[in-house]
Amino acid sequence: MSVRTLEVDGKMITALEGQTIFSAAWDSGIHIPRLCHLGGLSDVGACRLCLVEIEGQKRLQPSCMTKVAEDMVVRTNTPALRAHRRLIVELLLAERNHVCSVCVLNGACELQDLAAQLGVDHVRLRPQYPKLEVDLSHDRFGLDHNRCILCTRCVRVCDEVEGAHTWDVAGRGKNSRVITDLGEPWGESASCTSCGKCVQVCPTGALFSKGKTVADMRKDRGFLRYIVTAREKKLWIA
Amino acid sequence: MTAETLRQTRDAELERRKGIKNRIACCTVAGCESAGSGEVRAALEREAAAQGRAGEVEVRGTGCMGWCSRGPLVRCSSNDTIYAEVTPADAPALVSGDAGRFEGRALTTEHPFYAGQRRLILRNSGHADPERIADYIAQGGYQGLLKAVTAMTPPDIVAEVKRSRLRGRGGAGYPTGLKWELVARHPSTVSYVVCNADEGDPGAFMNRSVLEGDPHRVLEGMAIAGRAAGAEQGYIYARGESPLAIERIRTAIEQARREGLLGSRIFDSNFQFQIDLRIGAGAYVCGEETALIKSIEGKRGQPAPRPPYPPESGLWGHPTLINNVETFANIPAIIENGGDWFASIGTASSPGTKVFAVAGRVQRTGLVEVPIGTTLRTILSDICGGVPEGYEFKAAQTGGPAGGCIPAPFLDLPMDYDSLTRIGTMMGSGGLIVMDTSTCMVDVARFFMEFCMDESCGKCIPCRAGTVQMHSILERITRGEGSEADFWMLEELSALLREASLCGLGMAAPNPVLSTMRHFRGEYEAHVREHHCPAGHCPIHASEEVHS
Repeated sequence: MSVRTLEVDGKMITALEGQTIFSAAWDSGIHIPRLCHLGGLSDVGACRLCLVEIEGQKRLQPSCMTKVAEDMVVRTNTPALRAHRRLIVELLLAERNHVCSVCVLNGACELQDLAAQLGVDHVRLRPQYPKLEVDLSHDRFGLDHNRCILCTRCVRVCDEVEGAHTWDVAGRGKNSRVITDLGEPWGESASCTSCGKCVQVCPTGALFSKGKTVADMRKDRGFLRYIVTAREKKLWIA
Repeated sequence: MTAETLRQTRDAELERRKGIKNRIACCTVAGCESAGSGEVRAALEREAAAQGRAGEVEVRGTGCMGWCSRGPLVRCSSNDTIYAEVTPADAPALVSGDAGRFEGRALTTEHPFYAGQRRLILRNSGHADPERIADYIAQGGYQGLLKAVTAMTPPDIVAEVKRSRLRGRGGAGYPTGLKWELVARHPSTVSYVVCNADEGDPGAFMNRSVLEGDPHRVLEGMAIAGRAAGAEQGYIYARGESPLAIERIRTAIEQARREGLLGSRIFDSNFQFQIDLRIGAGAYVCGEETALIKSIEGKRGQPAPRPPYPPESGLWGHPTLINNVETFANIPAIIENGGDWFASIGTASSPGTKVFAVAGRVQRTGLVEVPIGTTLRTILSDICGGVPEGYEFKAAQTGGPAGGCIPAPFLDLPMDYDSLTRIGTMMGSGGLIVMDTSTCMVDVARFFMEFCMDESCGKCIPCRAGTVQMHSILERITRGEGSEADFWMLEELSALLREASLCGLGMAAPNPVLSTMRHFRGEYEAHVREHHCPAGHCPIHASEEVHS
């Protein structure tokens, strides 16, 4: 595999052919914000937080889905990009009912971290306060739609890693919801294996383990790295 | 079918017509159909039999003759006249040829509505029955395909389309020839041709009328594209909300298959091409090409980031040529008459004609086909008879929810892709809604934003949540509860949606807002600062209370 050299934020970096800008930048210590991307899962380019400017291209491109090219010049942190990212986080915070003070993931939430990192200390948009359900029918896990940002990590991990495809998205636009099977309560899902991968990849407190109190939960992504690399390295075959 | 049998079919149909003195064509497209053209047609058929003229008078259906607001329209070939607002009671007079009773309802080709038009896409309207392939062939149909298959190589076809400088009629105006070349040059052995018939702009019915009125023209264009691109399979993606168009496409595909114009060994060559129909389930976003591809594949109709563009990786990952209905409908004539002929119509940068669906506050509404570059004034005043007495023109909306408005000072603007883009709107697929001074432009922006909000697929955050916020701000302004900060927020959100959305729906959603703010900023300010709607449209109540 050949090597590509490119410039990211004024720094020359090397990347493997076929690598995405996001992952090449990450390897070189440049962390581009993101919510839908998660290493080990396929990319959908939906959150628009990892958009970057590429010299010579009119449109912003999602770095998680754009491959590196030789001599590419990329800017990941311009004032315009930061403004877009802040507004996206504000949009998310106004869209559903994100109340950190009562959330199990307070202090370890990716949305909260991102808001802090981008300096979103208040939301200028009108909160929508939708009336949303909480599904506690599963005996070990819970789903709180109020905290869901529709990143679809749960959908992808369930389909691509666990192979169950219990999760999917129903409805469209502001009425989109993640659902289990064909919209049955999670606890009645016939396909769910109760593996809990969806809970661990969820960036917010939308998917959580039961029995946790406020700011009590931490998510473990290590399993995903273990599963994906173990499969690649054939660790399961004696 | 071979070249010989195509000629025979044509000659036989023309021969048969010689014995018929009067061919009465009754519009069978949705507009006239809903005005009762079905009953008119049945009455005409009964009357022809009753008067014992069944042999010399033939009653047929036909495509859209344009002036939809005066439907049902019926055309008589004996005197080349179109009769408007025909009722079943008119049948005896039409069959006997007594024109006396049609005072004020008889429209000849000299009538300003028709004299100002140039009909290429709609040329068979009034002449051919969309449900009979022989009618299409008699009008010179499938000659383009014959030429493309027997006398041209695929690179010849691409070169001809490039020479015509035809631009995509779906709205963006991408050069069709370049798109075809990308697919044709792709090394993949499998490729597809897709016709985007998911026309969903409010007030637009051009594509539906073409499919209902002349479906074979679209099939022929697709088959030529298949030959050029090396594709053997085509799909028409039609709206489920247009059942009549779906029925006509099905009939046409069936007829073309039976005649060997689709299928294998077309015109005795090695070229084979099939067309299948796919029906959308009512999502506007499925008109976006990547979402449309997902939908054909049987997946959730959500857009995917481009690149890769469909000519590189489309249906099931294969190169895919996607064009709009009207783009394909232009192809047969381009191949038959040559690209230079086509390029001589319209303007240098946007050749050809464009069908507009004119609706709203004008005298004559319906389908109008004019050379691109015709001014808005010509279309509205000369062809459509202007705004009715007692009303005053305010603006025309083009491009649907992705477009913008053209205010009165720009009435003399030529309607072509580049001029429209310059003033902040777009050609779009051809919807043209005329508004008078009683229309509030803030409310127009709110309406289109509501449309985008409802039709957003929900995949990317800027579009899903941004349209909701923009709509709620616009709604607040129309209620007289807006503030100065709302202007800033609208501009900031517009920039985000334009630059950061995943697909064209989100990128274009702010256009109606930006366009109305550009041309009618005063109206926004009146709502916000004076709590007053200059058009007198918005119900603003108790605004003092809110702002005290």
